[in-house]
Amino acid sequence: MSDALLEISHLKKYFPIQKGLLNRTVGHVKAVDDISITIRPGETFGLVGESGSGKSTVGRTAIRLIEKTSGEVKFKGINIYDLPPEELRKLRPSMQLIFQDPYSSLNPRIRVGDAIGEALLDHGLVPKAEIRDRVLEVLQSCGLSSYHIDRFPHEFSGGQRQRIGIARALVLNPDLIIADEPVSALDVSIQAQIINLFRKLQETRGLAYLFISHDLSVVEHLCTRIGVMYLGSMVETATRDELFKNPLHPYTKALLSAVPVPIPKLKRERIVLKGDIPSPSNPPSGCKFHTRCPFAVARCKEEVPEFRDAGGGHFVACHLV
Amino acid sequence: MKDLIKIDHLRTHFFSDKNVIKAVNDVSLRVREGETVCVVGESGCGKSVTAMSIMGLIEEPGGKVVGGSIEFDGRDLLKLSKNELRTIRGNDISMIFQEPMSSLNPVLKIGQQIMEPLMVHQKLSKKEARARAIELIEQVGISRAEQIADSYPHELSGGMLQRIMIAIAISCGPKLLIADEPTTALDVTIQAQILDMLREFKKKSNMSMMLITHDLGVVAEMADYVVVMYAGKVVEEGEVVKLFESPKHPYTQGLLKSKPIINQRQDELYSIPGQVPNPLDLTESCYFHDRCAHCMDICRTKQPALKEVADQQKAACWLYEEAVVHV
Repeated sequence: MSDALLEISHLKKYFPIQKGLLNRTVGHVKAVDDISITIRPGETFGLVGESGSGKSTVGRTAIRLIEKTSGEVKFKGINIYDLPPEELRKLRPSMQLIFQDPYSSLNPRIRVGDAIGEALLDHGLVPKAEIRDRVLEVLQSCGLSSYHIDRFPHEFSGGQRQRIGIARALVLNPDLIIADEPVSALDVSIQAQIINLFRKLQETRGLAYLFISHDLSVVEHLCTRIGVMYLGSMVETATRDELFKNPLHPYTKALLSAVPVPIPKLKRERIVLKGDIPSPSNPPSGCKFHTRCPFAVARCKEEVPEFRDAGGGHFVACHLV
Repeated sequence: MKDLIKIDHLRTHFFSDKNVIKAVNDVSLRVREGETVCVVGESGCGKSVTAMSIMGLIEEPGGKVVGGSIEFDGRDLLKLSKNELRTIRGNDISMIFQEPMSSLNPVLKIGQQIMEPLMVHQKLSKKEARARAIELIEQVGISRAEQIADSYPHELSGGMLQRIMIAIAISCGPKLLIADEPTTALDVTIQAQILDMLREFKKKSNMSMMLITHDLGVVAEMADYVVVMYAGKVVEEGEVVKLFESPKHPYTQGLLKSKPIINQRQDELYSIPGQVPNPLDLTESCYFHDRCAHCMDICRTKQPALKEVADQQKAACWLYEEAVVHV
């Protein structure tokens, strides 16, 4: 597809496990194992999974913050892993990252205005005299006031800090924002404010998001297409409506049924998974989910299921579908 | 049902240079035998401090319980000596904390940490305690119990550690279990396992539970009775179905509306404007007034009292005060 903004194909990222005096590599943690994602302009792709499923590693390798092991990532048709450092740097403003923890991602000794304007200055995108105006403008579109510009991070609450994080990304006028659990650390009432802000910014600026989260209710609210990851592999991708109405993979079903719903006395059939997510350094054979899958058959233990189209762009990797 | 624990007008304050932070400001609540009470609220509303006050974990001179009473099984916990309190803590009342990774001792084996309360409170011998510890590990659904008893906390996952915390908490057969955000640090699939397990234990042993959480979904699944806190005060309480069906206080209404629910999509999420007030700037007023859509003159100058507004439901809001002329 040529109209894709970000095209990740067969991306792999293995972290070596080193042991002993000589730091010999004794194995690999397959954090990301053959993942393909396509994001079009103005679209929100939600990446869901439990801790250790590799979703943050996908976010980081997708914009080359860490190097890949193999595979390909194209941003606006350009293979970013082929670019020399200077060329990549020129591309950086259009792909930005927002982090989970608004407390540790801001330098406590730098004023908020400087923290937001820093990247503009660094990339030389705007003449020095205009930077303050740009920062003020972006502060306002993130729901902060102009007097906040000269304050320090400790003077802000968690929700406001996350707004600053968003402003830092936004000031560069990006086309793609990778948001790594941006609302997980926030309280419910503040979380709703930030989710609405993400939506509003997308409508006014035509941003595309790769939205990484473990919270399915938030993902449903924001995303147009959703991918579910388990132990470094994609187990299911579909449009939002399709995934929530007709989940096919047993893991997706279990995830959906595990989310507590704020309606008391609601009787639901719940699929409770046994045990923990296995270690990615030594994943189970065959289908990686077979150790926890309530429907597993003998074939699942031996054969890796193919990630295939089950109809209408609904992709799933399961022998039983 | 008999009251197991009754907290009356509890006030816990923290002191900094010149300021007093009223973390818990006149809170009354009770848990009856066999009941699960959920305390809900956002960060800083005083829900954890309430639990810590019950357990006698507020350390002077930084903080102090300055007023009120906590009656447990006919005795005021606040009047007990340290030694008397120690016989209750971990025995009749036990607690599970949010972070299983940081609430276990990293240099002691899992087995030893489960054996400790058994040897102290139940006076079991080392051998008996170890046998009981292994039984408990099996009870919380961990296989290879012998092997786990001899491992250290860093060798286990978060979900497993939280199970161990539960094993320690139920080891002496407590009458009251206080769980402070027991599943917040865990994945949803593990959260479902832990909640199921807590529910099952409660049913089996007729234990009472005080569950502190910010997740309304967890509340709906676990609670019999709900207490909503805001800025150190109880703003609403009631029976769980009634409270979710017709919340009375504007804050509770806002909280319920702002949580996205699977399969109930909205174009825009409702969000409560503004943020929780700074605990240092609180004046005589309804603490929610500057975020409330129904704010009246009286809300800015006088604090509403917690009053019965419907059957089995109480709220602290001027909207339900008959003497106030509604504008």
